[in-house]
Amino acid sequence: MLSRRLIPCLDVKDGLVVKGVKFRDHVVMGAIEELALRYRDEGADELVFYDITASPQGRGVDRAWVERVARIIDIPFCVAGGIRSVAQAREVLLAGADKISVNTPALERPELINALAAEFGVQCVVVGIDSLRDADGEWRVRAYTGDPDQTRALPRRTLDWVAEVQQRGAGEIVLNCMGSDGVRTGYDLEQLRAVRAICGVPLVASGGAGTARHFAEVFLDADVDAALAASVFHSGSVRIPELKTALRAQGIEVRDVA
Amino acid sequence: MKVVLVDSGGANIGSVRYALERLGVSAAMTADAETILAADRVILPGVGAAAPAMARLQQMNLVHLLRGLKQPLLGICLGMQLLFEGSEEGDVACLGLVPGRVRKMPASAGVRVPHMGWNRLRPTQADPLLAGVVDGAQAYFVHSFAAPVTGHCIASCDHGAPFAAMVRRGNVAGAQFHPERSGAVGARLLQNFLQADPA
Repeated sequence: MLSRRLIPCLDVKDGLVVKGVKFRDHVVMGAIEELALRYRDEGADELVFYDITASPQGRGVDRAWVERVARIIDIPFCVAGGIRSVAQAREVLLAGADKISVNTPALERPELINALAAEFGVQCVVVGIDSLRDADGEWRVRAYTGDPDQTRALPRRTLDWVAEVQQRGAGEIVLNCMGSDGVRTGYDLEQLRAVRAICGVPLVASGGAGTARHFAEVFLDADVDAALAASVFHSGSVRIPELKTALRAQGIEVRDVA
Repeated sequence: MKVVLVDSGGANIGSVRYALERLGVSAAMTADAETILAADRVILPGVGAAAPAMARLQQMNLVHLLRGLKQPLLGICLGMQLLFEGSEEGDVACLGLVPGRVRKMPASAGVRVPHMGWNRLRPTQADPLLAGVVDGAQAYFVHSFAAPVTGHCIASCDHGAPFAAMVRRGNVAGAQFHPERSGAVGARLLQNFLQADPA
């Protein structure tokens, strides 16, 4: 049986892993390789590296650290941020990443998803979606969420975009529920359930994890394939080996920690 | 030992080379016929789609060469699918080294395609390639097409329906999962492949 995946997300700035407070005042957490190996040893099923400075600086992902990570870890990893073209995606994949994730560039140019899927296969192509509920009760997507001063609300409904990206060739969707992001009160189960109902490809929940119980809820109630989190893993308030034991006790299939 | 990775033009075959480096083996990535023929072990990695991958092998004049190899050959992911007679993906004829046809995995309630993540291997017959790999060991898969469980299947996996996770026919073997991204289990498989006696 396919295991539910636990995915730590690491923000990379100038070649180091950082932790931001409200997207600002980034604190250096350590070297990329050191943290990648630590999470690998703790039993993370996959890693996501988010190059938070690539897009604002108008450059592609720095290939050097992607290659260093690819050399040392033996679990899959995805690179997000700064990928706006097939050529940039190829660079990252050639450096050894298993998947690439696109967000704002896909909203600006949806054909990018088709082009990436045709070139590399749908299994490489992850579409990240930042979503927030508007005053009228509809969930709509947001662009440029890497910088709170630039974040833009778009008229596009989240559920419409979820359907469209699948048609265009997304092999996986990461739904970042911005309303619950960073507050550690649990994943947005209502929104994730609504997306799950129309999502035939793997769905990754993001935003809101605070306790082991939140992970169990999102797998059991929203039937997501994977749960992504950053701060609870970085701070050590949720540790992956204990989390896996707790999930397994509730009948949730997870990978053995080697 | 000389190990080569067939450079079939895929974008992320570097990770297989790094996995071999972690085992202390430096593998050349090549499309050169002489180099491939002179190798002790040949690995056919692959991501992408079956039809363009076969077209590339044809362009590089490698189809006949791969069919005639005597040394151990390991196909990984799409590389394993190319070992079969044909694939529904692009309705293409493949290398025909292992009987059977690769088909699209059917999605159903709770069964998502692509099949992406860690799933359990079920050895179906004893094989030196599986030495040290226990029943239920988990490996990382990411694919939408799959090969059938036949007499050449040495380990199966289940996602909605059973499919071949590993095959072997004489000197030709394949792994649908990614050993280079499957932790200790994957490393063990690669090690076994490097150590196996040529069939």
